[in-house]
Amino acid sequence: MSDIRNSNPDGEDYEPQIGPASTDAVGLAAGGSAAPLPGEDKSYSQGQLVARRFFRHRGAITSMIVLGVIIVVAFTSIGIGPIPGWWPKDYTLQYDKIGDGAPTWEYPFGQDTGGKDYFSLVMRGTQFSLIIAFAVGIISTVVGTLIGALAGFYRGWIEAILMRITDVFIIIPLLAVAAVLGRMAGDSGIWGLALVLGLVTWTSLARLVRGEVLSLRERDFVLAAQAVGTGAWRIITKHVLPSAVGVIIVSATLSISSAILLETSLSYLGFGVQPPDTSLGTLISEYQAAFTTRPWLFWWPGIMILTIALCVNFIGDGLRDAFDPRQNRTKD
Amino acid sequence: MTTLDISTPGPASATGDAVLSFEGLDVTFKTEFGDVHAVKGIDLEVRPGEVVALVGESGSGKSVTSMTALGLLPRNARINGTVRVGDKTVNALDGKALRDMRGNDVAMVFQEPMTALNPVLTIGDQLTEGLQLHGIAFGKQATARAAELLAMVGIPEPERRLKQYPHELSGGQRQRVVIAMAIACDPKVIIADEPTTALDVTVQAEILDLLRSLKDKLNTGILLITHNMGVVADMADRVAVMLKGDLVETGTADQVLNHPRHEYTKRLLAAVPHLGAGPGQFGDVAAVTAAPEDLPALDLRNLVIEYRRVGKPTFRACDDITLSVAQGEIVGLVGESGSGKSTIAKCALGLIPAASGSVSLLGNDFRKMRGKELKAMRRRIGVVFQDPASSLNPRLPIGDVIAEPLVVHKEGDDKSRRRRVLELLDAVELPRSVYNRYPHELSGGQRQRVSIARALTLDPELLVADEPTSALDVSVQANVLKMFTALQERYKFACLFVSHDLAVIDLLAHRVVVLQNGRIVEQGPREEVLHHPREEYTQRLIAAAPVPEPLEQRRRREARHALLAQLGDDVTELHVEDDYERPQPRQDEGGNASGLGGFMTDAGN
Repeated sequence: MSDIRNSNPDGEDYEPQIGPASTDAVGLAAGGSAAPLPGEDKSYSQGQLVARRFFRHRGAITSMIVLGVIIVVAFTSIGIGPIPGWWPKDYTLQYDKIGDGAPTWEYPFGQDTGGKDYFSLVMRGTQFSLIIAFAVGIISTVVGTLIGALAGFYRGWIEAILMRITDVFIIIPLLAVAAVLGRMAGDSGIWGLALVLGLVTWTSLARLVRGEVLSLRERDFVLAAQAVGTGAWRIITKHVLPSAVGVIIVSATLSISSAILLETSLSYLGFGVQPPDTSLGTLISEYQAAFTTRPWLFWWPGIMILTIALCVNFIGDGLRDAFDPRQNRTKD
Repeated sequence: MTTLDISTPGPASATGDAVLSFEGLDVTFKTEFGDVHAVKGIDLEVRPGEVVALVGESGSGKSVTSMTALGLLPRNARINGTVRVGDKTVNALDGKALRDMRGNDVAMVFQEPMTALNPVLTIGDQLTEGLQLHGIAFGKQATARAAELLAMVGIPEPERRLKQYPHELSGGQRQRVVIAMAIACDPKVIIADEPTTALDVTVQAEILDLLRSLKDKLNTGILLITHNMGVVADMADRVAVMLKGDLVETGTADQVLNHPRHEYTKRLLAAVPHLGAGPGQFGDVAAVTAAPEDLPALDLRNLVIEYRRVGKPTFRACDDITLSVAQGEIVGLVGESGSGKSTIAKCALGLIPAASGSVSLLGNDFRKMRGKELKAMRRRIGVVFQDPASSLNPRLPIGDVIAEPLVVHKEGDDKSRRRRVLELLDAVELPRSVYNRYPHELSGGQRQRVSIARALTLDPELLVADEPTSALDVSVQANVLKMFTALQERYKFACLFVSHDLAVIDLLAHRVVVLQNGRIVEQGPREEVLHHPREEYTQRLIAAAPVPEPLEQRRRREARHALLAQLGDDVTELHVEDDYERPQPRQDEGGNASGLGGFMTDAGN
């Protein structure tokens, strides 16, 4: 028996009040209140069900671990801001080159043309890429959810205006907008860049959420809430959005991975993170010429991008499977 | 009639060997949470020209049983035992043989004709598809045969209908098309899975008439799956009662319905509300105590509700509706689908605006209220919707669901809210432990109790109940109705009770309002309207509602046919011409080649 069943909410000061018909009204056992609750020995809340399915998804769990390791190493090795890390070398200093700078025990990722330690450079780039990716993911999710929910719930002219704005954002080539705005925001550092990227990538989520809300708002429980006199904001936040959370989370993870790639392409084109700071895309663009002569300068940041994007995509996949039980792929 | 001998064979009309038989059928589903044993070794057979009704509540395994006959179970099902259709053993057949069998030997009539028909194909395409696949007729011949089939099931102007799409037909006509598809290849047995559940009662009576004449004239066996005891009494020769995957009782309709032997069958039958028996079947409803000079709880005057549609003229859903619900009175709102009964309920809740007329609650006009006033008014009305699965927020635990109205109206603190919720859980006879549970963990009946508890949280003066029991099984419905009457007696709320089920209205309502196409046809005290109806439409409605007693139902059916004759309408039946030829699949041409050829000639036309 589950613990939920035993943990009665405390109502000490409440005397049970037995209704006049409560004894004889339970005549029919089948389906009645006297019957035991269904699935008594194994009862899960919706959240527990999702978690259970997610933790069974091997790809997603492996990706979680790999991504976790990358995040921890990237931030602890060279430190962040004033906090020093455990890696002895600094990514801004130039050291004496050993041979042609190929990976050695001293410099595991090798050295770049000027003799800089490539491991700390790649870690710095990874830090920036991760910060941008997660910031973009969060910003675009908040904006997209808000706009989608408002448009889907209110319909009418509010929907018309919001969705036309969305259309405008969709038709402008993302890379061009991001490049121009990114250049302008470049002065305010990576947070400015992240904000700009977040503000141009919310469109697909807005459409998804709107679609979801359109169907949810017709459900009886929303009607029931309205009949009680519940306000629109409470209905949206308490009744509608929690049911759309699957779509939102999945889309958020996928937008994180696409943000990594977008930042990479911007930096590669020279519109993203500006030197002396660096990101994975900047590193690749800087050393693309070295691809044949000193391949490690290309491969290390390349592998990093690939791994992070893959991991995030896998996690998104696992979440989607977990939230949508209809795609019942039993793997055992 | 008084015999209790279960072994008596079916009626004389059933002759020959069984066309469909299950021997020791056992089905287990493998799921995420372990195995589910859906059918536990049952034996059942259907003979030609016989209707066997498989009765049971949801989850009893009746649909699973029928699907095994078509070999249509999902892949995670494990089937043991033998299923025979004619001389074929279904579980031994491979893919191609199965496809040959489906349609030819056994056909299916589904519950919901709108979803059973493909919305993007014409009626003609869907009818001829089966004929061509089974090599019965091709091209123009197939079209002619399809028209013949439509004429057989009583659809006027069959040639024109062949070119129409499913949405252009009414619900009853769609179900006729589904039946025409089922008999297209002249199967030995038809499986009808709740064939009338999605239909209105008058249409249901017509479809049942059609199915009855079908088995008489074509000598087809019918396995009828239903939860409606009235339909069983109307149709079945033999009845098999299923409970949790087991057959608990089999016998003729008379034996099972009039002299049930198993406890479960007795309970099931006792739970069916009986039209004409009046109130008191599941507890007494409090008499109306309000004096005539008291303000009515709900007063609708000349109410008109319109839906504006883009690019089309405005649709008038309700026209000139005048009705009132006195304090403490239950008014039953009856009508078929599309009669506007739910629209009126939503308008009374203030969820949709009235185009003209007035809606007043206890003397306050809804249309003049705004903002805070409106919100304050809303706390005096409770609402219960039809489908408990969708009317409870799946993300909120039951305690929060019931407390939600208190939170919205900022009443009390956490402690007093919890006390109120526990009090209500007691009132609707749910264990207090459901407080922390989620809606998906409860059964349908328990969920509906929760939504009734939520409706009563703020002690409303008026309760609007929109088909509160029609999504529930009969025994669960009986429980909920019992509880409902007990609550009404205790809290004395007024209630607008919307239902299509006349028997439920008969046992609950003080007054009845009958709607048709958005207009009130008849209204008055329950006894007057339901037992001595004045209007033709009400008479038809009452005559079409089946009762769970074979002999009485036969009498009612004949009375209904007499009424139809008197009103100048035809009784639905299968029209079989004297020169009707039974279709023969062309065995010699080989299935695949002829099927392909059929498509080519069809495309060429």
